[in-house]
Amino acid sequence: MIDLTALTIKQAHEGLKDKKFTSVDLTKAYLANIRKSDKDLNAFLSVDEDFALRQAEQADKKIAKGDFGMLMGIPCAIKDAIMVEGQKCTAASKILENYIAPYDATVIKKLQEAGVVILGKTNLDEFAMGGSGENSAFGPTKNPHDKTRIAGGSSSGSGACVAANEACFALGSDTGGSIRMPASNCGVVGLKPTYGAVSRYGLIAFASSLDQIGPITKNVEDAEIVFKAICGKDPMDATSSDYKFDNSGAKLKGLKIGVPKEYFVKGIDPKVEKIVKGAIKKAEDAGAKIIEISLPSVEFALACYYIVAPCEASANLARFDGIKYGLSEPGKDLLDVYLKSKGHGFGEEVKRRIMIGTYALSSGYYDAYYKKAQEVRQFIKQDFARAFEKVDLIFCPVSPVPAVKLGEKTEDPLSMYLMDIYTVSVNMAGLPAISIPAGKIGDLPVGLQIIGNHFQENKILAIAEQMEKA
Amino acid sequence: MISKEEVEHIAKLARLELTEKEVGKMQKDLTSILDYFNLLKNVPDVKVASVKTSKTSEWMRGDQEKPRISGVAEKLIAGAPDKKDGYIKVKTIL
Repeated sequence: MIDLTALTIKQAHEGLKDKKFTSVDLTKAYLANIRKSDKDLNAFLSVDEDFALRQAEQADKKIAKGDFGMLMGIPCAIKDAIMVEGQKCTAASKILENYIAPYDATVIKKLQEAGVVILGKTNLDEFAMGGSGENSAFGPTKNPHDKTRIAGGSSSGSGACVAANEACFALGSDTGGSIRMPASNCGVVGLKPTYGAVSRYGLIAFASSLDQIGPITKNVEDAEIVFKAICGKDPMDATSSDYKFDNSGAKLKGLKIGVPKEYFVKGIDPKVEKIVKGAIKKAEDAGAKIIEISLPSVEFALACYYIVAPCEASANLARFDGIKYGLSEPGKDLLDVYLKSKGHGFGEEVKRRIMIGTYALSSGYYDAYYKKAQEVRQFIKQDFARAFEKVDLIFCPVSPVPAVKLGEKTEDPLSMYLMDIYTVSVNMAGLPAISIPAGKIGDLPVGLQIIGNHFQENKILAIAEQMEKA
Repeated sequence: MISKEEVEHIAKLARLELTEKEVGKMQKDLTSILDYFNLLKNVPDVKVASVKTSKTSEWMRGDQEKPRISGVAEKLIAGAPDKKDGYIKVKTIL
């Protein structure tokens, strides 16, 4: 008997088509895996078996009629910051512990129209704030390759569940690396789409000028299947764009690959550097032209990000006031309700970011922090625009280190932020980027990051697939 | 080092109640993070060419009333901690 949970989307689709198994079989196999291994991993915050099986039965009816799409009957998992109507949506926060989503996110509507089976909602850093998955109010997600280590965040459960065969694919969201980091740490594929490529309607907002939803999958082909299903214009998200995905026909042979020299300086683990450089060498051997480029703004990108994102978060999270949603603490007057509900409902990292954002936006500091950061953001955008005049794609690491030990960096928030050094620029510039497995240090996977110009997911995916096979 | 009073002032602006212990930790963390932000003082004075953004018309919709999706308002109100007769209850403010 084949292991149904090891199949990719494409393989599972073929099996369904050939009537080797049903969507209910697939769903039951995944639910069994979750029951068996998730107590340990903590990738899921909620699993609704009845809901999953109902969706699978519906899919099987459609499959019986023949002619069905690639995602019909495929079991998936959804980051618990994305709303699925009638299911809990906690953002891994105590403040939303019992919150039931009143409507479906646009990406969920699209996936459901395609016939997927939603198994459950996955763990994350509270409100997607973190790079390790440890900021969840419901305990950290563990790395399936080494349970003493982080899965990477913030889409920690989405990365871990795909790596551990607890779901065929998952959705995550990426504000500063939150899809690419867990993908890199867990040895799976994670695509952060161009800003505007995928609707965010129904995603609990963290930093609205940066947030994007994207797929985490077992291979590149699957990432393309899911991305095609969720991209496109949505009247409910004004920043979403019309998107037409054409096959790019991009080939490694003759491709101009930019390698930013600023990404290989002190701070990177030499073993990570060796793996990423090895991947670049492979591309060169396949006929790509490697061009050293310079992105002088990189040095400032992290500081810029950790001003812009908390500023936006401090505004976005003001809505969790104990009145409209979730947790409400009794108080003597309205202000007291606000203070107590937020004070008790938010975790340490969320409070820290609200404080940074409020500080940087407060009178007397606005120019020095927020305004300055906006200027630097233009500098970052210009850097990438210039780079893409010379090269087709950029190859670089995802993270300077492989998955760290649980608890290793939680006491020092700045050291945790520094792990995002290679991912945040992409969000500041609104670019698409993918993390694909490039090698391992012992048991620990290391990802290669491929960055493309705006709306060039097609080029990234085509080349990533060739790298996967190289 | 950012002062205790400053942390308390920002927390009040942010409507966050912090314990004594949290204020102390916040002082330490914010100081190291804000120190790191000083890096931005070294940003070279670069002339940034205006970056092309998408047309405003793509971002705007016509000023037309859209049909209400039935049942959503009720579900939104159901999610509020305190409600009465289909309304969200708020403490007296006057």
